Amino acid sequence: MKVGVVRFPGSNCDEDAVLAVVEQLHEEAVLLWHKDHDLQGSDLIILPGGFSYGDYLRSGAIARFSPIMQEVVAHAKRGGPVIGICNGFQIACEAGLLPGALLRNDSLQFRSMQVTIRVEQTNSCLTRAATKGQLLTMPIAHGDGRYTADDATIARLEGEGRVVFRYVDATGEAVSAANPNGSLHNIAGVANDAGNVVGLMPHPERAVDALLGSADGRVLMESMLVAAHA
Amino acid sequence: MTRYRVAVHIVPRRGLLDPQGKAVADALHTLGFSAVTDVHVGRHIVIESDAADAAAAEASVRAMCDKLLANPVTEDYEIASVRTAEGA
Repeated sequence: MKVGVVRFPGSNCDEDAVLAVVEQLHEEAVLLWHKDHDLQGSDLIILPGGFSYGDYLRSGAIARFSPIMQEVVAHAKRGGPVIGICNGFQIACEAGLLPGALLRNDSLQFRSMQVTIRVEQTNSCLTRAATKGQLLTMPIAHGDGRYTADDATIARLEGEGRVVFRYVDATGEAVSAANPNGSLHNIAGVANDAGNVVGLMPHPERAVDALLGSADGRVLMESMLVAAHA
Repeated sequence: MTRYRVAVHIVPRRGLLDPQGKAVADALHTLGFSAVTDVHVGRHIVIESDAADAAAAEASVRAMCDKLLANPVTEDYEIASVRTAEGA
């Protein structure tokens, strides 16, 4: 199993993703330069967090046109798993791999903190090893995380069970006080219709060891492996 | 071909929460501009481009907005002006 982590100019969680895969999951990982056209045989692609192209124009708007993204989109269309984390989620939305968009946090503040999210479904490539309703603690670090889509899209995502994660409080309730950025319906992550592309704002790759404050991201990383082997 | 300078306004779609616009409106109210009823903060982009005529220049910038400059999910745009670029 080989995980490809795309490195854009301005990515800053690319090394974290590689370390999580190599040291925690003991699988192979390779960094893919954004100007390359070759996924180097990767079974699974991670679009990592960061500030690709300085967030110029809009977060993720320019990265979408990097040469490697043509290959990532083709991989996704073949059913290959793609995970977009934080800036990677923004890029996946801009690239049309996922519906909706991520806007400036409603507080206008950059939010760097631990949050609790609830697993809403276990059909996606990032949640197969998790259980529905499971609460996970992991960090967020973003200024543009307010998930937004038109009413029809939100209704479709909810109706088709494509909301993968929701921000919740310690008791598992999706209250507004637990929503760090004003996302509609407390949405923290969504999937495409086939479930092979998932985007989320929290960082599972930064929550793979108790030394990091939480190991709750492991179950998501392990789900990726299940998906890549499938 | 003539060189045109096309200006485009990109604004958050009406009805979507615009916290930046609201923060600016609140600041204006604090300064005493109590007549202000609504503020939206967007982007103003000026593009110089060669085209056969003004209509073609505008059509080209609209295509740029649809593909890159504006997010079709959250933003609207309007062409503010199409002028012949100086010195062209």
